[in-house]
Amino acid sequence: MMKLLCSLFSGLLFGLGLIVSGMSNPAKVLGFLDLAGAWDPSLALVMGGAIIVAMPAFWLSRRRQRAILGDAMQLPTNRKLDRRLVLGSLAFGLGWGIAGFCPGPALVSLLAWQTKAWIFATAMLAGMALFAWLERRRAMDKQSSATS
Amino acid sequence: MQIDWQHFTPRSSLAGGLLIGLAAAVLILFNGRIAGISGIVGGLLSPRKGDSGWRIAFLAGLLITPLLYQLRHALPEVDIEAGTPALVIAGLLVGLGVRYGAGCTSGHGVCGLSRLSPRSLVATMCFMAAGFLTVYVLRHGLAWT
Repeated sequence: MMKLLCSLFSGLLFGLGLIVSGMSNPAKVLGFLDLAGAWDPSLALVMGGAIIVAMPAFWLSRRRQRAILGDAMQLPTNRKLDRRLVLGSLAFGLGWGIAGFCPGPALVSLLAWQTKAWIFATAMLAGMALFAWLERRRAMDKQSSATS
Repeated sequence: MQIDWQHFTPRSSLAGGLLIGLAAAVLILFNGRIAGISGIVGGLLSPRKGDSGWRIAFLAGLLITPLLYQLRHALPEVDIEAGTPALVIAGLLVGLGVRYGAGCTSGHGVCGLSRLSPRSLVATMCFMAAGFLTVYVLRHGLAWT
């Protein structure tokens, strides 16, 4: 129960941070991405501020086997710099530049009843579901080629 | 380069950033999990047993924030220029991209950079570069002709 409450609290803080920082507004994000126009550096301060607070926490987390509430520390172990990472991130950046939405702000805008946020978020979830389906198929192909 | 002083909000953006960092700190220290929005949502689409509760709780918090915020303040304006076809294409690209790239602005940009992860640094440079280039082409590209 504590774990769920803690996770809920983290989600609330995260959403509040997105709203307070102005990042729930795609126009503001695009203002940051538009280097050649009138440039709004706000997003850099959001990331900088977040990293200043998160960095000591991650430093501590690497020195612990378990989280404070008892679960195993699940830090990413993949260290490969591969094509999936690069092409995936480039595709994400392309979509981000078109709409000004990344996943967090899109979700935060849903219950502000922004129709366009619903359209974007639905397409985004469809893209994620497509990935999940393709990955399942890939795993099955691997399995069947291993057994045959 | 010209700074848009009219829209630049250093104080509230820094404050919001500190809150996001605090959210990530709480989740890693207490729950041992990375506060990456795309990974949290993506994990629900390929569910593993006993691994969904914390994801749903986090997303519930994220989703209801505007409702709570509205009790005290007016929500900041949300200005979405893109039309429906552009939103659909952008949404699909973001959905697929963040899953193949294993993270988005939060997972790679905030948590990954905070961990000094080389993978996250590469991912962040890629999506930032693609974002800058896309906005350049869409807003200024046609001005060449």
